[in-house]
Amino acid sequence: MNPIAMKGGFTDAPVQSAQNFRALLSALSQPGTLVEMAGAEPPAPLSPAAGAAALVLFDGTTPVHLAGRLDTPDLRDWITFHTGAPLVAAEQAMFALGHWDDLQPVTRFAIGTPEYPDRAATLIVEMPDLTPDGATLRGPGIDGEATLSLPETRAFQMNRALFPLGFDTYLTAGNRIAGLPRSTLVEAV
Amino acid sequence: MSEHYNFAYLDEQTKRMIRRAILKGVAVPGYQVPFASREMPMPYGWGTGGVQVTAACLTPEDQLKVIDQGADDTTNAVSIRKFFQKTAGVAVTERTTEASVIQTRHRIPETPLTEGQILVYQVPIPEPLRFLEPRETETRRMHALEEYGLMHVKLYEDIARNGAIATAYAYPVKVEGRYVMDPSPIPKFDNPKLSNSPALQLFGAGREQRIYAIPPYTQVISLDFEDHPFEASKAPHPCDLCGDEGSYLDEVITDDQGGRMFVCSDTDHCESRREAGHTGRLSPQEDAA
Repeated sequence: MNPIAMKGGFTDAPVQSAQNFRALLSALSQPGTLVEMAGAEPPAPLSPAAGAAALVLFDGTTPVHLAGRLDTPDLRDWITFHTGAPLVAAEQAMFALGHWDDLQPVTRFAIGTPEYPDRAATLIVEMPDLTPDGATLRGPGIDGEATLSLPETRAFQMNRALFPLGFDTYLTAGNRIAGLPRSTLVEAV
Repeated sequence: MSEHYNFAYLDEQTKRMIRRAILKGVAVPGYQVPFASREMPMPYGWGTGGVQVTAACLTPEDQLKVIDQGADDTTNAVSIRKFFQKTAGVAVTERTTEASVIQTRHRIPETPLTEGQILVYQVPIPEPLRFLEPRETETRRMHALEEYGLMHVKLYEDIARNGAIATAYAYPVKVEGRYVMDPSPIPKFDNPKLSNSPALQLFGAGREQRIYAIPPYTQVISLDFEDHPFEASKAPHPCDLCGDEGSYLDEVITDDQGGRMFVCSDTDHCESRREAGHTGRLSPQEDAA
């Protein structure tokens, strides 16, 4: 196996997983808040934040889709070695990693069923930059309103219209992450 | 901290599964996410759901508070607190204001919670419709179709029989206008605190294998009727130790002559007030000499 694949995991998995999970939890429960992730050094071009999210959430029971430019041999090996997650097509994925344009059309991803809305995909979207300005967010977790730089607004509005179905999204850039659950109402400025 | 356990007792694979369930719960407020609940070193009914959620959330930097009906010093609270001291090595506190994670059995602290705090509820029966419809396949479909007429019939029957909604605890709520949810057996006095709380609220039911959540600043409405509005009730007394008129009270029988006293159920709240000099009817009198 490619030696790059074996590097860049957590050095103290129980503690670093816990700390990074809390970052993921506060990001998703307070949409628009930028949270720092730490401890993972995945091979390029995956960001450290997305890598840490993968180490916290993926395992052999979670099919993962690597989209477009992230579908590299190094990353396939890294995800496989560290998490054991099966790599699958978009339609079967519980998690998807990719740039926004590589993930299109996002309507491919699982949105859950009326009886089990939790059986929906989580998209981890790599962004060139992530800043607390741009589209306006309202909904659970937000005191009044928040702002966040989104790749677009229409897809998230259509996703919100499906509530309680729909995919959930994390946006990552460098070591920062922001959450955008399906419950958030998005408005372009 | 004991070196013989993985951090926070559960193995990493289990914590990952619970963490994914918690995140889906946060994304769909009030929806009960199924999870593969584990055997814990305590019987079902002692907070195994809450303990698993707490274990999945704890970091070594946390300050943990555990309460049982508001009290920090009762058996369930003491044993869960010791469990996490031993298996996670976390700092513990009895002060609501200092805690970052609070596991609770059937109360919400009197002191308002703040942003960044997590309140973990122990839940016995997570399905609010279960006593009205025993079949899981049916209640699941009722949630899917947003078919909650049965719950209103139950509240209406309360009024028809008793003249008022007699449900006093585990009072059903609707979260963000979508899911009807059981807030766990908290007194209905606590229901208004569920709504628009700055803290994240997580619910764990171990035996029933469900996790659900209310994110911060989420609208939670107690079900009622226009002519019988929801009322948060409590015993009409001040606390006999700290004199608080507004806190939720426990009734304590003090003798066999009908003697009784009312004290705050939230021990931290009551102690903080007494330290600040507040007194009640049965406070020890200062000796003038």
